[in-house]
Amino acid sequence: MSKKLVLEESAGFNQKVIEYVHRASATGLYEIRGMGAKRQLPSFDDLVFLAGSASRYPLEGYREKCTTTTVLGTRFAKKPIELAIPITVAGMSFGALSGRVKEALGRAATEMGTSTTTGDGGMTPEERQSSKTLVYQCLPSRYGFNPDDLRKADAIELVIGQGAKPGGGGMLLGQKVTKRVAGMRTLPVGVDQRSACRHPDWTGPDDLAIKVAELREITDWEKPIYIKVGATRTFNDVKLAVHAGADVIVVDGMQGGTAATQTVFIEHIGIPTLAALRQAVDALEDMNMRGKVQLIVSGGIRTGADVAKALAMGADAVAIGQGVLLSLGCNSSSYVQNGQHIDATADYNALGTAPGFCHHCQTGKCPVGVTTQDEILEQRLEPLVGAKRLKNYLKTLNMELTTVARACGKSNVHHLEKEDLVALTLEAAAMAKIPLAGTNWIPGVSPF
Amino acid sequence: MESLDLHKITVRELNQFLHKELPGKGVKKLEILNPDGVHSIAAGMDTEVDIDIQGHGGYYVGGMNKHANITVHGNVGWGVAENMMSGTVRVKGFASSAAGASGHGGTLIIEGDTSLRCGISMKGIDIVVGGSIGNFSGFMAQAGRMVICGDAGDGLGDSMYEAVFYVRGNIKSLGADAQIEPMTDADYAAVQELLNRAGFKHDPKEFKRVAGAKKLYNWNADANQEY
Repeated sequence: MSKKLVLEESAGFNQKVIEYVHRASATGLYEIRGMGAKRQLPSFDDLVFLAGSASRYPLEGYREKCTTTTVLGTRFAKKPIELAIPITVAGMSFGALSGRVKEALGRAATEMGTSTTTGDGGMTPEERQSSKTLVYQCLPSRYGFNPDDLRKADAIELVIGQGAKPGGGGMLLGQKVTKRVAGMRTLPVGVDQRSACRHPDWTGPDDLAIKVAELREITDWEKPIYIKVGATRTFNDVKLAVHAGADVIVVDGMQGGTAATQTVFIEHIGIPTLAALRQAVDALEDMNMRGKVQLIVSGGIRTGADVAKALAMGADAVAIGQGVLLSLGCNSSSYVQNGQHIDATADYNALGTAPGFCHHCQTGKCPVGVTTQDEILEQRLEPLVGAKRLKNYLKTLNMELTTVARACGKSNVHHLEKEDLVALTLEAAAMAKIPLAGTNWIPGVSPF
Repeated sequence: MESLDLHKITVRELNQFLHKELPGKGVKKLEILNPDGVHSIAAGMDTEVDIDIQGHGGYYVGGMNKHANITVHGNVGWGVAENMMSGTVRVKGFASSAAGASGHGGTLIIEGDTSLRCGISMKGIDIVVGGSIGNFSGFMAQAGRMVICGDAGDGLGDSMYEAVFYVRGNIKSLGADAQIEPMTDADYAAVQELLNRAGFKHDPKEFKRVAGAKKLYNWNADANQEY
């Protein structure tokens, strides 16, 4: 009689951890990958809306007007930005993405009346031409940063940190540092590019205020200046950004994505978007700056419900990166060429992954042509097809947002408020400072 | 010569004049009086004009300069000529930290010493320093040349790419991947040309060449602590 095989997996040293130890032992290098945190985190999914009832009057879901107009940069800029919807496209670099993708982002954003954002590596003609409203990032590396593009921009985003990697610089591995990318960044072709994590010409918050003032001087105080922080000590960071003179603050939570970063950053540094947003709003309220300095939140925003919850918690707008890439076909099993769906499963398999699980942006071998600089692979994303898909996605989010707002009795999505929300878990209630459903209990704030 | 007095106008009014009114006026030379350490003087210039700043400047004098030739008759704060594209910025006195940071082009001349991180992230600018430079200078320097007539502090050229430095005095220490290399005839000629541009009189044969060893260009498990 054969002996029964009993397999008991260790909770601490499970298959995933064993694989990690084996990989580290074989290579001597930490893992680098794309996308965002994969671990379970308290999130907007842990909140639900209390819509119209006997005590609250809902608006008719399809016909009654619900405004989505969003104005950013009203504090100091002579020319604030007016967007048709409070959903923007987050900063992503040319280098991480192809020029064709940047064009698609610009086209879709323009059709939806919203903004796109450059990334590490500077501004491409494709995105400037296709984007009616383009936010120009000023990053620690200053790759491709120049006064001509600064003047062409509609707003400036001074990036201090990114949710996927607060405290870490950008990264673009050699296979994506092509001749064009290298030329824009003044780097040798094929170098494993590691960006600085700190700005070269200022250090503390007092210097930051002087830096912001310089950018205003160069652009004649016309353009809104955003300050973007990766979510860590968000309450303090937002206060310091206000002190530094920001018109708009962008808070990027730890669910935010990246084209390439150490996994240890992605999974273990930063705080969830839910907690960061609440801290940011607290900071603005503490300084009596709600409505004077606008707040954009990003990091794992996926659906119209997420957008509505972010606005209800106090954000003025959201920025989306990973959702935008998914809408273009990221992690899809096929790509579209001349109207035909072509199977890409084999290319995912060659990377050691599968559609729905891929985070291999760092390889530059994106099976659907989104996060690549390869001349052949990038053809798999047709700008017009990508733009149409992204427009549909943004439109869907906006429709979901307005239908939720109407159900809550709001004729303007910016009228959504914390009182419209309750939390489903203790963690979310504590982080968001929103009462646990069916109670008035906010842990640490009010008694059960 | 046109004079603009920062006791009578704000730096915002000054810069808006320089950006919007100056280009059409045909002015070839102007001076700025009473700078008194104000920040962002003549930042964002985009006009070919000679500007004399009669006194000390604060942070970011000549920031992102294009075309203008700016002379500071005094000292300057952080980030002088940061991200300069073209033209010249000359500081007759001393410069604080991050002089010429991320500069793409043009020439920055500092007749005195500079503080920390001179030439950090430089991307093609030429920098000539009459005195010495502080620690961590040339960090991640990508392109361009820096001539240091005095000494260099700790960590010179850490993680540098294709930039080249020429140091006449002592180097306290080199940063990761920076190395001293033999001078060639082309190096001597480059040093002479840059010294001439700055108006400094030294023998190019007194200079050492510092450049990147290029060992950190791609991931290398055997250089684990260098990342």
